[in-house]
Amino acid sequence: MVSHNHHIISVRELQKIYRIDRIEVRALNGVSFDIVPGEFVAIMGPSGSGKTTLTNLLGCLDTPTSGQYFLDGEEVSKLKENQLADIRNRKIGFVFQNFHLLPRLSALQNVELPMIYAGIPRHKRHHRAVELLKMVGLGSRIHHRPNQLSGGQNQRVAIARALVNDPAIILADEPTGNLDSLTGEEIMGIFQQLNRMGKTILLITHERDIALHAKCIFHLRDGKLVRIEEVPNPLNAETIIAEIQAQKKKEKEDHEPQ
Amino acid sequence: MNLNESFRTAFFNLTANKLRSFLTMLGIIIGVAAVVTMTGLGQGMRSQVVGEISSLGSNLLTVIPGRARQGVGSFIRARGSASILKYRYFQELQEMYLPGIQAMTAEVNLFKTITASGENTSTQVVGTTPDYLEIRNFTLQSGRFFNNYDMLHTRKVAVLGNTVAQDLFGEPSQAVGKIIRIGKTNFTVIGVLEPKTTMGQDLGNQVIVPLSTHQQYLGGSHYLGSITIKTVSQEDLDTVAAMVEDFMVRKVGDPDAISILNQNDLIETVENITGTITLFLAAITGISLLVGGIGIMNIMLVSVVERTREIGLRKAIGAKPRDILFQFVIESSLLSIGGGSIGVVLGTLLGKVMVRFSQGTFSLSPGAVALALSISLAVGLFFGIYPARRASKLDPITALRYE
Repeated sequence: MVSHNHHIISVRELQKIYRIDRIEVRALNGVSFDIVPGEFVAIMGPSGSGKTTLTNLLGCLDTPTSGQYFLDGEEVSKLKENQLADIRNRKIGFVFQNFHLLPRLSALQNVELPMIYAGIPRHKRHHRAVELLKMVGLGSRIHHRPNQLSGGQNQRVAIARALVNDPAIILADEPTGNLDSLTGEEIMGIFQQLNRMGKTILLITHERDIALHAKCIFHLRDGKLVRIEEVPNPLNAETIIAEIQAQKKKEKEDHEPQ
Repeated sequence: MNLNESFRTAFFNLTANKLRSFLTMLGIIIGVAAVVTMTGLGQGMRSQVVGEISSLGSNLLTVIPGRARQGVGSFIRARGSASILKYRYFQELQEMYLPGIQAMTAEVNLFKTITASGENTSTQVVGTTPDYLEIRNFTLQSGRFFNNYDMLHTRKVAVLGNTVAQDLFGEPSQAVGKIIRIGKTNFTVIGVLEPKTTMGQDLGNQVIVPLSTHQQYLGGSHYLGSITIKTVSQEDLDTVAAMVEDFMVRKVGDPDAISILNQNDLIETVENITGTITLFLAAITGISLLVGGIGIMNIMLVSVVERTREIGLRKAIGAKPRDILFQFVIESSLLSIGGGSIGVVLGTLLGKVMVRFSQGTFSLSPGAVALALSISLAVGLFFGIYPARRASKLDPITALRYE
């Protein structure tokens, strides 16, 4: 077998078959690809393409029926529940469409959560969580609870949480799905910034406008990887934000004189 | 995740929903409080009764004519029982010097009218021997008790119970040296006893005179009301009782004509009765603990469903099944042990208040408290495991998508 050291993710002939009653559903039917560190990949596909199944497998939330999955040099496709929990904790940073923050905990406590399961002592946790919340631009709101924060702010908390254990990959599942376009762009801006800092990011989306922020797009259809599309000039979130703001300003000026 | 963090998380979750946590604990609180109050009152009652029985004098055997009913101390006199126990038997028994006997006394009781300085009262007049004072655990307040010399010369001297002295002379200390009239005979008061009550009964309402004097001037009979024997130690009670019974049956001929009341038996009976009552009450209140435990399980199951997404998220970011299991088990255990602790405090207060408004004592042993707390902890663990296992087995994918 080839060494996968130079790939952060290496997937070989991944298959996932569900049995519902007596009907076999091949949700994923032999998918192979490699991702190098520092890559920014968008995974696209219509519903039923196997997008969600692949996300669950890549996130180590599920195990494949057959095939291999190497994450950061370690084969994770045959691990047991406890080991998978460990991998999720140390190697994967999840960002979900609906944030999945615990409502009773403050932003700070939410960010600390993965470190608790990693067994990191309290004072270190606190320090690290504050540092990351500052990085995503929430330094002044660390004691607010999710219901006291806007959607965009909540997603920033979730990104900070994804980063605390310094994971090998960030797995963002429709991270802009619940946000308006401007806030969505802001979040994409953070991902692009993280990618420039060297983070490997996997973005699952069904919106091409969002996918075009990535460096390359994997197209899934009927459980197969049908096309890998390089994006020569990814959209720059900061440029788009500037454009949207200029547009808004113009609209405002147009309305005011009347 | 270490246990410390599990505790912190569990505690945080419980305090986040204070009303619900309190209501969940209420079942355990009421159960434990009831157990604590009941056993406390039961133990108090027992130690009080046992204490009072012992205050009548310790290691006592009482021989009475008639057939005693099992235990309770009341007895039915056999026919012709007034003339069964002869004074001669007492003398013979005394002269046998049976091993294990420390002292013995005999007594005759008659109800008489007593007059002194214009006052009069009706009371029990006891004719007995000088050992009576020591055997029956009486103490003198003033004066002296009669001795063998008084006995031998059938002197007309009397020792007054405190109540009688008070009734006749107003001030008990004034009684010594005064003359009282019992029936038609004048007696000189030589001593007054300390006040004494036991089980609500006033033992100060009696006049004690030498047995010989009693026989000669008051009753004129040679039959006794009872013989009381004090043994050297508690262990001797049963063997001495057997020997005395043997002797008495030989004398009287009919084993049903006399009875021997063993203080051991009496205490044992009391302990049996109170023990049964305590156990019965504890069993009933134990059921409420069970109900409380089911309440905890119910709420924990609801809580697991409510927090399905939280569990999914925790698992996604690295919580192992064990972490989730601990979190929920610790939550239910904190509920039950918290409820148990509040219950112990509440039960103790309740018991003390109840004692204040009625006769009785409240005594709660540390063992009972430890038992109540460990039972409530066990309830929390037992009823918490099932919901916690359900939580720990949730699939993170479905849990995250749960609406």
